[in-house]
Amino acid sequence: MPFKHRRLPSNALKKIAGEFGISLTLLIEIIIFSQLSPHFFTAQNILNVSLQISITAIIAAGMTLVILTAGIDLSVGAMVALSGVVATSVLLLELPFAVVFTLALIAGLAIGALAGALAGIFITKLNITPFIVTLALMTIWRGAAYMYTDGRPIWELPEAFSRLGGGRVFEIPIPTIIMLAIYLFAYVILGHTRFGRHVYAVGGNQEAARLSGINTHRVLMQVYIICGALAALSGILLASRMNSGQPNAGLMYELDAIAAVVVGGASLFGGRGSIVGTFIGAMLIGVLRNGLNLLNVGSYVQMVVLGVVILLAVMMDQMRKG
Amino acid sequence: MAALLEMHNIRKQYPGVIALDDVSFELRPGEVHCLVGENGAGKSTLMKILSGAIRKDAGEILIDGKKVELHSPIDAQKLGIGIIHQDFKLVPELSVAENIFLGNEPARGKLPFIDFRTMHEIARSALAQLGEEIDTHALISSLSVAQKQMVEIAKALSRKVRILAMDEPSASLTAKELENLFRVIHRLKSEGAGIIYISHRLEEIFEIGDRVTVLRDGKAINTCNVAEADRRRLIRWMVGRELENEYPKMAMQRGNEILRIEHLQAGTLQDINLVLHQGEILGLAGLVGAGRSELARVIFGADAKDGGKMFLAGEEIHPRTPREAIDLGIGLLTEDRNRYGLIMQMGVMQNISLANLCELLAGPFIKKKKEAEMARGFIDNLRIKTTGIKQKVEHLSGGNRQKVVLARWLYAKSKVLIFDEPTAGIDVGVKYEIYNLINQLAQDGIGVMVISSDLPELLGICDRIAVMCEGRINGIVPRDQASQEKIMALATGMAEEFHDAV
Repeated sequence: MPFKHRRLPSNALKKIAGEFGISLTLLIEIIIFSQLSPHFFTAQNILNVSLQISITAIIAAGMTLVILTAGIDLSVGAMVALSGVVATSVLLLELPFAVVFTLALIAGLAIGALAGALAGIFITKLNITPFIVTLALMTIWRGAAYMYTDGRPIWELPEAFSRLGGGRVFEIPIPTIIMLAIYLFAYVILGHTRFGRHVYAVGGNQEAARLSGINTHRVLMQVYIICGALAALSGILLASRMNSGQPNAGLMYELDAIAAVVVGGASLFGGRGSIVGTFIGAMLIGVLRNGLNLLNVGSYVQMVVLGVVILLAVMMDQMRKG
Repeated sequence: MAALLEMHNIRKQYPGVIALDDVSFELRPGEVHCLVGENGAGKSTLMKILSGAIRKDAGEILIDGKKVELHSPIDAQKLGIGIIHQDFKLVPELSVAENIFLGNEPARGKLPFIDFRTMHEIARSALAQLGEEIDTHALISSLSVAQKQMVEIAKALSRKVRILAMDEPSASLTAKELENLFRVIHRLKSEGAGIIYISHRLEEIFEIGDRVTVLRDGKAINTCNVAEADRRRLIRWMVGRELENEYPKMAMQRGNEILRIEHLQAGTLQDINLVLHQGEILGLAGLVGAGRSELARVIFGADAKDGGKMFLAGEEIHPRTPREAIDLGIGLLTEDRNRYGLIMQMGVMQNISLANLCELLAGPFIKKKKEAEMARGFIDNLRIKTTGIKQKVEHLSGGNRQKVVLARWLYAKSKVLIFDEPTAGIDVGVKYEIYNLINQLAQDGIGVMVISSDLPELLGICDRIAVMCEGRINGIVPRDQASQEKIMALATGMAEEFHDAV
């Protein structure tokens, strides 16, 4: 593109933003909160933030793959609820805990993967846009979660189940460990394997990818299956933290996940973005919520501030690409 | 005669580049003034300034001797300036008529409603002038590239223009359509309009032009009457050096048969029979819509065949997907490399390795070092101009993009390579390099097929030329018997067609 509009900000600002992108925004955020609250920059609080972001960050990892292929998955929030209630209902079976726990994990993850496969089939074989497919699936899974539980939460779960979401290993919350493992894994997959390369190629130019010998339908199917399974995993972790299966869990989580991905620099048109970016995006949002909470900012104001920061972060990123 | 348009000492600077450096240009009424130069020479920038799309930094523009300021495309339209853009400015989901009248819709009296009947009528007549029968209710997205081009031209014609600039109007047109376009240009000339004609194809300039101005690196190198110009001189001005031979051709040893197609049927393709040998460059000529690209896609497994047989080195093959074709050793360099060939956001290296990643795998992982080495090798060998293996392809020029696609297929060890319009939108200087590369491939024993609408190109580089017409192969002409007339006759269906026309 040889002709661009004149850019507003000065070159120096652009250069700084260019070097660091949204990491800079995150850094500024951390510095401000450290100054304002003595509790902010403590090991305990940092671990807390990591625990708080873990649920949506895991969803956002899957969403990154989907958005890299120029798709979107709006059904992840509903999947959090559905996998949560399915998994917790399995836990009520009268079998030894180790057995029901394994079964619950398998059932929860399987339903997420199957849902992703279904989305993939509609998107690839029937050629319906991902937005519409997953919008429809969003209400279907949410409705299914209510139907399955008659609209009531599932309580009285085995005590041991809460250790999954609430336990710590060497002081580090288990969901944090799972989240980090997933991000490390996703980083390797995206940057160093053929599948990862294909994800970028399909998102960048699907027809060119197909004509380069890539089975684009298979790549898309795999991406939606992974995204569904990760949403389901988040659902199980959330159920464990609440020690119940709630059919209204995960409301609007899809938007948090998309926000993290987009703040992390990914393009909704596909082909651009990174898993590290998404992680920083999720942190940026998590740190902001945490900091505002520590400062006793009311939740209404928090929503407005969050929106403004998302816009600012994306603006900085635009300058970088500019 | 007083000038219709004068552009004096136009200057335009972008960060890091001077796009136009003191360029002056003059257009007289009733004149076709051609503008030639390599990509990046400044032709399009000059036209963008004329269309009001961008602002000049210095210089002045006079129309009918009066100084004018062009702040926006609306200013330009009001002054009777029309531009036919190379990359179509058409809205795909609107109809042909709606596009022709975009921003200029006929109203029903004073009411804010569109008078669709008038709109379609005028649109139809504008297209009829061009000899086109396109349904004015059809959506742009359903049209072929050539039809879109015609709509773009009709759009400019529908608005009473006095100064009409055409940026590469012929890039996707067939000879017949080009003839119609030239007829319209002659009519506009006789009505006193001035036409600025930009083209890479020098033959057209000799056919239609009155004067020609050559731009190079943002400077106007020379202006002369077309009658006094010759091809060699124009090219020298364009590239700034002497080109020995526009179409290099090496003597090749024709090897064994590599690809044989028997009685192939698919879509509009009927009973295609072809043989390609190792070390041979086989041209595929024909009008747009004759089925050349379709044939390439079927061979490449991108579209299904309905019947017939294909043999690769004597063995029957049935490629059902591009992957299967690639694994067999068939490569396709698509017509529109930006849309169908390259992943723009990806780097040079990643685009090259895309079709043959399995070569680079160690378990599930890509061997990055080996990949980088491979890419550097191709960048050196093919002389791809890039800042490095990670430079995004979107920042490369057309010729270098084509080389990246070529590198991909070379790395995939293709035995048969099909080039669809290999030099469309590529500079004269780089074209020469591409021809040399194609020669080299043939010398290395690859069977090469070249689809092109540029007849001199086919005549210049091919050993044989197969001519397609309406889904059939209408004749195969060896190099020493080929001429433009002969190929055009075959491409238009020869005797019967002439009969009908008389």
